[in-house]
Amino acid sequence: MIKEVVSVGLAVDECLRIKKNVLQPEQLTGDEKRICIVTGTHGDELEGQYVCYELNRILQEHKECLKGIVEIYPALNPLGVDSISRGIPMFDLDMNRIFPGEENGAVAEYVASQIIEDIAGADLCIDIHASNIFLREIPQARINVNTAQRLLPFARRLNLDFVWIHAAATVLESTLAHSLNSIDVPTVVVEMGVGMRITEEFCHQLTDGILCVMKDMGVWSGEAIEPKKPIISQDGEVGFVNAEAPGIFVPCVEHWRNVQKGQRIGRILNSLDGTVEQEVYAPIHGMLFTLREYPVVSCGSLIARVLGGDFE
Amino acid sequence: MKKECLYTLKKQYRDDLNIYGYRFGRGEKAACIVGSIRGNEVQQLYICSQLVKALKRLEEKGAIVEENEILVIPSVNHSSMNIRKRFWATDNTDINRMFPGYHAGETTQRIAAGLFEAIQGYHYGIQFPSFYLPGDFVPHVRMMETGFQSHDLANHFGMPYVVIRQPKPIDTTTLNYNWQIWNTNAFSLYTSATDRIDEDSARKAVASVLRFLTRMGILRYTSHSGYLASVIREEELTNLKTGQSGIYQRYVKPGEEIHQGQILASVIDPLEGEVLGRIVSPVDGIIFFAHSAPLVMEGTIIFKIIEQLHE
Repeated sequence: MIKEVVSVGLAVDECLRIKKNVLQPEQLTGDEKRICIVTGTHGDELEGQYVCYELNRILQEHKECLKGIVEIYPALNPLGVDSISRGIPMFDLDMNRIFPGEENGAVAEYVASQIIEDIAGADLCIDIHASNIFLREIPQARINVNTAQRLLPFARRLNLDFVWIHAAATVLESTLAHSLNSIDVPTVVVEMGVGMRITEEFCHQLTDGILCVMKDMGVWSGEAIEPKKPIISQDGEVGFVNAEAPGIFVPCVEHWRNVQKGQRIGRILNSLDGTVEQEVYAPIHGMLFTLREYPVVSCGSLIARVLGGDFE
Repeated sequence: MKKECLYTLKKQYRDDLNIYGYRFGRGEKAACIVGSIRGNEVQQLYICSQLVKALKRLEEKGAIVEENEILVIPSVNHSSMNIRKRFWATDNTDINRMFPGYHAGETTQRIAAGLFEAIQGYHYGIQFPSFYLPGDFVPHVRMMETGFQSHDLANHFGMPYVVIRQPKPIDTTTLNYNWQIWNTNAFSLYTSATDRIDEDSARKAVASVLRFLTRMGILRYTSHSGYLASVIREEELTNLKTGQSGIYQRYVKPGEEIHQGQILASVIDPLEGEVLGRIVSPVDGIIFFAHSAPLVMEGTIIFKIIEQLHE
């Protein structure tokens, strides 16, 4: 059942509408668990669109296996998705920095408040992101260290490759995930793939993981795989590589491969004079879980992240 | 006056971004003034250019009090300004949400870190930012309530209003907030415009900075004494929203006194021209902020009103 979460009139003959699809058993007992799958906060992150489609498809093909309530919100920022814009068009602030929103605030803040109100009370929320147009990520969950204990049991079962437990930061207190966790809705942020693209393999992987968690929670009685065991790491084990010169980054290793400390992972090239501006090396021994996708770099552009250690 | 390059970001497809500072006087780091950080802050750039001009002349006349140094940085992000983008041209990030910055981080974190290093240690920090909602303001001084702020000092600008904002998490990465945390008395000065030049409010902004520097014992300068400011807490402003969307017609300006029941604006059907609704003031007071774009969405904050205040 398609429902409207919030609607705001635009200037000329149109409304901004945030919609969700509510899937539930035909007969409700009142004891059903409720899971919310949300994505599209950043309009240029599209991996979640395919996950939403797949979940919709599978759940509707096997209605008899649905034992709880699944609410699918494919586009929290529909104007952004439509206009290929990361943020909300005509609004300065990143939508994922204005939660929990404010009923009496600016339009975007009002919308944020209505989203929180709508999800409140859920037993689990999975917030699917897709990096940005610059970086490719392996399927991973990102969890604030303060919520790790509560969220790890869910994150471990999502069939992801990596769970990154990161430090708390004041500025992150205005994310959707932080706001929902603060009101007792366990919310796991998933990052995978790259902006403006759909990586089918990753989407299937996460969809399978969501079905596992749903089964664990008694929301789904259909088939579910045994999920992968993710690598679980904290900030201290991650090495960052940033560009120290502008130019064109051309990698010489593949994403999601092991690298040795000092191994060359690519070069930054000058296309005007034919020189190499920078040879880029791995800062530590480990697995390249983030790799630059968009070739043009400025000084400081993130090129790669390496998770220290030995991995298969 | 000494012009120096405070930070350079090397670029490959365009000229390097050079952030220039203009130093006046010498001695203790007395005051630092930062203009445009976003690419559409043209008014802020203009005000700082006028300050550089005024301070140059005052310095030539010996009006800077000995053992005081003033640093003015008119423009931080002209890479974006030159191509009419508000945020960083490559990745659309906002330098004013990157403080205190990080030298080994991403591009705008590096710019913020480079700038912040150059502007630390001043007694007073004055920034000309712009608001996240598009519209016109009554000129005012804005301060974050960090526990380090001083309303009394803000009064020395002689602007009509001082606004105190309770910082939200997103504010903790702004220049104003970080300046305060790093022991600089930080003030944000808002004038009536951003992406256009408003001569009158620009002139008043220049005068208010010169007045402040004089009152702080940094300049010898005689000016009108300005206003004794009304201090307002941001959360006490009354937000007035539109119930309809369409074409917006505004009948009052920021700074104007209004009365309960007065019609402040109308929203017109954009296809048929009929008035869809009128925005009526629920209170007596003064318009502090007014939406300026010709179109409005439903629920847009079109006015912020200071209640129970008269001209």
